[in-house]
Amino acid sequence: MLRFLLTRLSLIVPTFLGVTLLTFSMIRLVPGDPILLMAGERGMDDARYKQLMAEMGFDKPILVQYGHYLNDMAHGDFGKSIITREPVLTEFLTLFPATVELSVTAIALAILIGLPAGIVAAVRRNSVFDHAVMGASLTGYSMPIFWWGLLLILLFSVQLGWTPVSGRIAVQHFVEPVTGFALLDAWLAGNWDALRSGLRHLILPAIVLSTVPLATIGRMTRSSMLEVLNEDYIRTARAKGLPPWRVVGLHALRNALIPVITVIGLEVGRLLGGAILTETIFSWPGVGSWLIESIRRRDYPVVQGGVLLAASIVMIVNLTVDVLYGLVNPRIRKGR
Amino acid sequence: MKSSFGLAAFGAAAAIALAGPATAKTLVYCSEGSPEGFNPAFYTAGTTFDASARQIYNRLVEFERGTTKVIPGLADAWTVTEDGKTVTFSLRRGVKWQSNKNFTPTRDFNADDVIFTFERAWKPDHPFHKVSGGKYEYFNSMDMPKLLKAIRKVDDYAVIFELNAPEAPFIANMAMDFASIQSAEYAAAMAKAGTPEKIDLDPIGTGPFSLVSYQKDAVIRYKAHPAHWAGKAKIDDLVFSITKDASVRWAKVKAGECHVMPYPNPADLDAMRKDPNVVLMQQEGLNIGYWAFNTEKKPFDNKKVRQALQYAVNKQAIIAAVFLGAGKAATNPIPPTLWSYNTAVKDYPYDPVRAKALLAEAGFPNGFETDLWWMPVQRPYNPNAKRMAEVIQADLAKVGVKANLVSFEWAEYLKRSKNGEHQTLLLGWTGDNGDPDNFLNVLLGCAAAKDGTNRARWCHKPFDDLMIQAKQTSDVAKRTDLYKKAQVIFKDEAPWYTVAHSVVYKPVRKDVIDFKIHPFGGHIFYGVDIAEKKK
Repeated sequence: MLRFLLTRLSLIVPTFLGVTLLTFSMIRLVPGDPILLMAGERGMDDARYKQLMAEMGFDKPILVQYGHYLNDMAHGDFGKSIITREPVLTEFLTLFPATVELSVTAIALAILIGLPAGIVAAVRRNSVFDHAVMGASLTGYSMPIFWWGLLLILLFSVQLGWTPVSGRIAVQHFVEPVTGFALLDAWLAGNWDALRSGLRHLILPAIVLSTVPLATIGRMTRSSMLEVLNEDYIRTARAKGLPPWRVVGLHALRNALIPVITVIGLEVGRLLGGAILTETIFSWPGVGSWLIESIRRRDYPVVQGGVLLAASIVMIVNLTVDVLYGLVNPRIRKGR
Repeated sequence: MKSSFGLAAFGAAAAIALAGPATAKTLVYCSEGSPEGFNPAFYTAGTTFDASARQIYNRLVEFERGTTKVIPGLADAWTVTEDGKTVTFSLRRGVKWQSNKNFTPTRDFNADDVIFTFERAWKPDHPFHKVSGGKYEYFNSMDMPKLLKAIRKVDDYAVIFELNAPEAPFIANMAMDFASIQSAEYAAAMAKAGTPEKIDLDPIGTGPFSLVSYQKDAVIRYKAHPAHWAGKAKIDDLVFSITKDASVRWAKVKAGECHVMPYPNPADLDAMRKDPNVVLMQQEGLNIGYWAFNTEKKPFDNKKVRQALQYAVNKQAIIAAVFLGAGKAATNPIPPTLWSYNTAVKDYPYDPVRAKALLAEAGFPNGFETDLWWMPVQRPYNPNAKRMAEVIQADLAKVGVKANLVSFEWAEYLKRSKNGEHQTLLLGWTGDNGDPDNFLNVLLGCAAAKDGTNRARWCHKPFDDLMIQAKQTSDVAKRTDLYKKAQVIFKDEAPWYTVAHSVVYKPVRKDVIDFKIHPFGGHIFYGVDIAEKKK
């Protein structure tokens, strides 16, 4: 197990370097100059332009800039936004809890619904339930998130008035951020109205964000279960007279879960991508919409630092999943 | 008996509490994005000015709400000398600063605050110049460093600005957001505490609202400044609920989650008109979208060619196809809401036959081939430049002119067009200070032709002479006359095809009282009230 963990850990450094190189070069390959974009139609005279380039360090050779960037990162300095002049890390940390709150709810929703639905669909193969689940998951998987989100808002918030349109908490509630997690802060402060408001605000975006992972997990569970249910040892288990719930719940599920866990791990990484759209539609103050904005404005430090931070989170999640995977599947941790 | 008395007393107390002034009035504005920061001197975006300058701060002079007229602000009067080079501001007395957790002011606003604010932006060796990484972009782009010679304090309530050259629009510049006055006393206190950047992060102003809290991409909260010099605001709390998507903003207005929203989707306008709870306000924007001809290049150096193209393109078709009705055909290079707009100037009618005849006269009986650049971004003055370019291209084809559509990434587009690499291009402008000079001279003068903001690179002496004369006098009647003449010359010389002024729409809920569209595009909530809900 230790060796397995060490191998996984040793992969982190090259991945990390790869991410820095990619973000650094990609944002510079995209045409567009941050300073000229700021000036807009008004323009700027050459002397002033050169002065600003120098102040931001953009006048140095590209390799030197990359060297500075790597060096700063190694010292935990993620730079400062050239628009707001706030440290990238500070901005990330204020926005990240919102993304976590949304993503965790979404993935929990996806697992809690997707896993049982997939199992039942597999056990009752070709039943009405199976067809319904497969149909729904195909629809969910192909649903354009933006359209889906707006549709839900129009139905539930505007027409029916059941849920708020957007935002994280109703404006009349003000909870001093302690942990940055709105729900947790409201709970800590004992502000139940705010907590209720926060939960109501979370419903629609969580549903929208969970749609794709839910469909994926459901389908994956079903096909993996089907495969396992056809194995010889399941037949043996059934033959020796075990109750069906034991056959499915213990013998089959444990083995069927292995590919599902991998998929869940991958979905967590993809959630960040989905969060960008969901956050934009629901005005959810997370890192997704922050990154999009920084790309549009060519805010180099935010793109570089922000993507790196987000990538680190994904790497940690994937590492955790790998470890879990090892725990579930002895073949992996024993290196066979 | 005793207990029922107690209950009655409690009931009465509760009733008083509910009916009394305790019901605070909160206005929620669904803003379109997060501000870049809270010191307007550093930034150029309207979103930032809405969140800072227009609520928290004041300037020496102000724009009257809903107009481009300059009225007294922190200065209650000002005089300009005969030569136009010395401006004296007399400052208002008894103006109270806001306070916050860092600082409680001990004195009223005075001349030191004015000097601090302008010297901070102007002088690189000022102790606060570099604080917060200040860039003062607007101060520089309005050429203030070239313009200013000295700023002097006469006494606590009088300040003199000496200029290097007469500049009539200077007063209007002082009403711009970047000229918002900060507190010198707060700055000194924060410098002493070792946290000078706090004056920009936790702003204190003299304006109608003070900042309570800000959560990036989520919400900004303000409360009315009770001691505001012009009287406390009619609303008690102001909340900006940051909502980036226009359709979602509209859904929030419809659901009653906010009172006012900016920048609606054109596609939603119909629904807004029909909604019984919403008033759809509209006004022409202080902007111009144009199609400029590079007069340094052939064949556009020929006035007849430029005039021919004026006849060749159907403007009404562009308004319908590109602006979806949310635009008004432009005749002059300045919008009709700006003073000195010349109503006597008549636009060229759509007349392809006449266009062909003029092209033949100019020596192009079979037309010619040219480039037509379109901007890759949506701007207030042009919601869809590509579509506009296609409409123009089709019209040009009818008179034998083959236009090739060209575009670049936005910063690249601006840079290349500033260098004059284009033959013809689409662009536009939004006014800064409500002075005609800010359109006519900045976009069409000879100095601008040299530095590139004049995209037609059109330097016409009779026009430029009028610009210089108009800058040198502060007599508004005289200036109006000069600018009117300039518009006649412009139309005849035709360096641009003036396309449109956009129409700004603002859906406002019916219980909002006296909200006004600001011609500069900003959102001002001082003076706005909310109707009491019927019980």
